[in-house]
Amino acid sequence: MKPITAVNDFVIKFANVNGSGSASANTLFAKAILRMGVPVSPRNIFPSNIQGLPTWYEVRVSGSGYLGRRGGVDLMVAMNPQTWDEDLKEIEAGGYLFHDSSKPLPKSKFREDINIIGMPLTEICNREYSDPRERQLFKNIIYVGALSALLDIDIKAVEKLIGEQYKGKERLLTPNLKALHMGKDFAQANLPKTGLKIAHANSVGDKVFMDGNSAAALGCVYGGATVAAWYPITPSSSLAEAFTRHCHKYRVDKATGKNKFAVIQAEDELASIGIVIGAAWNGARSFTCTSGPGISLMQEFIGLAYFAEIPSVIFDVQRGGPSTGMPTRTQQSDVLSCAYASHGDTKHVLLFPEDPKECFDFGALSFDLADRLQTPIFVLLDLDIGMNDRLCAPLSWDDTRRYDRGKVMHFEDFESGKPFGRYRDVDQDGIAYRTYPGTHPAKGSFFTRGTTKDRDARYSEAGPDYVENMQRLLRKFETAKGLVPAPVERRAKHNTRFGVIYYGSTAPAMSEALDQLDAQGLHVDAMRVRGFPFNDDVGEFIDAHDQIFIVEQNRDGQLRTLVVNECVADPAKLIPVLHYDGSPITARFIVREVVEKLRMFNVAPLRRVAQ
Amino acid sequence: MTYLAKPKLHHPSLPTNKLGFTRRDYEGAISTLCAGCGHDSISAAIIQACFELDLPPHRVAKLSGIGCSSKTPTYFLGSSHGFNSVHGRMPSVLTGANLANRELIYMGVSGDGDSASIGLGQFAHSIRRGVNMVYIVENNGVYGLTKGQFSATADKGSKSKRGAANMDEPIDMVALALQLGATYVGRSFSGDKDQLVPLIKGAILHQGAAFIDVISPCVAFNNHAGSTKSYDYVREHNEAVNSLDFITGRTPITTQFAEGTVQDVTQHDGSVIRLRKLHPEYDTHNRIAAMNYLQERQAAGEVVTGLLFMDTDPEDLHAHLGSVEAPFNILDEDALCPGSAALEAFNASLR
Repeated sequence: MKPITAVNDFVIKFANVNGSGSASANTLFAKAILRMGVPVSPRNIFPSNIQGLPTWYEVRVSGSGYLGRRGGVDLMVAMNPQTWDEDLKEIEAGGYLFHDSSKPLPKSKFREDINIIGMPLTEICNREYSDPRERQLFKNIIYVGALSALLDIDIKAVEKLIGEQYKGKERLLTPNLKALHMGKDFAQANLPKTGLKIAHANSVGDKVFMDGNSAAALGCVYGGATVAAWYPITPSSSLAEAFTRHCHKYRVDKATGKNKFAVIQAEDELASIGIVIGAAWNGARSFTCTSGPGISLMQEFIGLAYFAEIPSVIFDVQRGGPSTGMPTRTQQSDVLSCAYASHGDTKHVLLFPEDPKECFDFGALSFDLADRLQTPIFVLLDLDIGMNDRLCAPLSWDDTRRYDRGKVMHFEDFESGKPFGRYRDVDQDGIAYRTYPGTHPAKGSFFTRGTTKDRDARYSEAGPDYVENMQRLLRKFETAKGLVPAPVERRAKHNTRFGVIYYGSTAPAMSEALDQLDAQGLHVDAMRVRGFPFNDDVGEFIDAHDQIFIVEQNRDGQLRTLVVNECVADPAKLIPVLHYDGSPITARFIVREVVEKLRMFNVAPLRRVAQ
Repeated sequence: MTYLAKPKLHHPSLPTNKLGFTRRDYEGAISTLCAGCGHDSISAAIIQACFELDLPPHRVAKLSGIGCSSKTPTYFLGSSHGFNSVHGRMPSVLTGANLANRELIYMGVSGDGDSASIGLGQFAHSIRRGVNMVYIVENNGVYGLTKGQFSATADKGSKSKRGAANMDEPIDMVALALQLGATYVGRSFSGDKDQLVPLIKGAILHQGAAFIDVISPCVAFNNHAGSTKSYDYVREHNEAVNSLDFITGRTPITTQFAEGTVQDVTQHDGSVIRLRKLHPEYDTHNRIAAMNYLQERQAAGEVVTGLLFMDTDPEDLHAHLGSVEAPFNILDEDALCPGSAALEAFNASLR
């Protein structure tokens, strides 16, 4: 058995018990590598439970900067006896198992084709600490110290991070540093070196390391949101909590100490979206954040916002569905339920950010779009992008940027005699003028309602009024095409008749897969869709290729359905590549599927391949 | 239909308020509710209250859910913005509107179906949050728009138009409001204008969550089985012409009685409610006493009316949240956006 040797290119996975305090130690490990200039992409894989169940932290180290999940594990830090067997199975042949050897295990509990590194962690902790909690917490720091020795991680980088974490808290700083060195010294003296190494590099540049939910929340601050209403649900809660945190930092009036924001933890999702709609009706920028079950609960109100034309922003951090599904796993399976949310004929604007940078950008943009289009805007994140720290370009803001408040009639407009009819399409773009309640004593007041109405907002059950209204809403949707972010294209090195469409958090795995396909001589043009309604470029891209792979993380090919519906594309041309086990999609999976399907083209009818 | 506007011909001698408005300037469209509906009397009381308080009508936002009661905002304050939301979910929409602009007056109009069934949760939470609003429930114990099903406030033992008896306990929204922390709680009768108008005026002036339960007789109550004027009877005996609904118009029920006394009021269906108007000496500042008194009189078969409780120093949701005085909806980029320099510093913290 040949041990794996790799520099700045491997996967390490920590198997822990939820609630054991391992999260901060594991993050410390990942950040230390980052500080050495080597890109990492960590992922929390956690149960829907507070304490006691298995949890994993998987860190991909990639000097090339690939941030998608790779699959397979080169070094397993097995700290959870409960998952020992399945953790062992994941290790690549020639890989490494780091474990607590305080209690001897029979030979049958190991594999012949991997390298075993045992360290008596419990024994060391029991000797050193008497408090049970200290024993547990410092065990985590001790293994970080040991790994730093085994992988050549710069101990100064780890020390610096600990120093930042416990700045001004000497009582915590000193024992943590002591535990770190205890682990390092033991490993140096007693453990064999691995073939996995971290070497200083300069591949991180000015990138930042953050999670999508926090970035989206900051986008809300920059985008001018003043009202947030939410109901706790994994994996979106941290978005609302981050917004609150950011607001306390950036939005408190210095002179008075008063808040220029309101955050309401509502009694349920129905109230959350109701509050958002009420605030937006009254001219404030407002949003809610939720996940699939919340979207289900909000359907009636979303229909009201669509039909009554009230700007509202909804962040859907998708998780495994349907129903309670897999609450702590990732999917892209709310695409259709958001695109056509509520009853009757509806179509909604969707945004698909690929990383925290776009979570920030699209977060801020969503409020301009909502005001401009006077309609609900969905920003579709998922757990993988929302809750995991990821490297991305630094966030940026143009100080000359002004908020687009859309078509609003103000007091002066009424005074100047400008005509007003709430649902009149004066500019032929499907967007009518609105006015905030209380604007003018005699002009502009109207009733907002979910029932049908005429152009002047008067209740009407007349068929022609209804049809005219619905047609105008379609015109508005057409206008939205030019306002949502355009797709991003990546052309293959050679002309090709194959294309791939993908979106959202699939992006890092996809770009790695494209490189791998290219290396195999398989040339594929790629288009990353960033918004719905689809820009005309999407249809043109489909027309320009014989076969299009649509890569997504759900069972039913929801984006593909949307493309078929809205681009009038031949379904036989659109080949689904679907990953939906709750784990983030990998380049390995995409390449395998694409290669397999390309092979099938030679033997199976096209329509069968497309199924 | 509800969009039928009233003619705006004012008699020159109509009295005006401080703003130069007549009472008619506070009216809305022509009501399409059944003639004699108590809800119209409540609309009239709201109109009177706003006129007497010299309110600029456009500074009032009127919000409702779905149902007969929720149609009524169309019939008052024609110059105000209105919002018919979805069934039972008016309170959340009102809460959001209030957050966006604290300077308007928010009037939430709802019914017993809207607020005591599907909307019970939203009612409760808007009250406990202390949203600065006037929350009026037009309470008739029945679903009028869907033709007479019991609502959650219907008395136990009362009979539907089809003769079925209601065996569920009623929800007392006043008792709930008191328990939930409303800082202004009253109950009245739609026909008791002398009591209702000042009660609404007080609620408008109150800077917190004000709740008024108004008992409002439904003409359609009369539509029960056995009546020769019932909807079913008329349809059965009117084979050929059409299938239009038919509800006999009635004269609105009015009453007037002295504080501290009890009055029996016969409703359209012949049932009698026993109203007790609070005594002038009643202490309106004691929440516990109010709850006890309410239960005591209820046990005696009486429905207490009047201002049951008022906190003279209320705190509203904005106070809880520590919001700035300026309405959120006028804050611009300069007030809201931290700018690129702050973002640079933020980026630096993420490396």
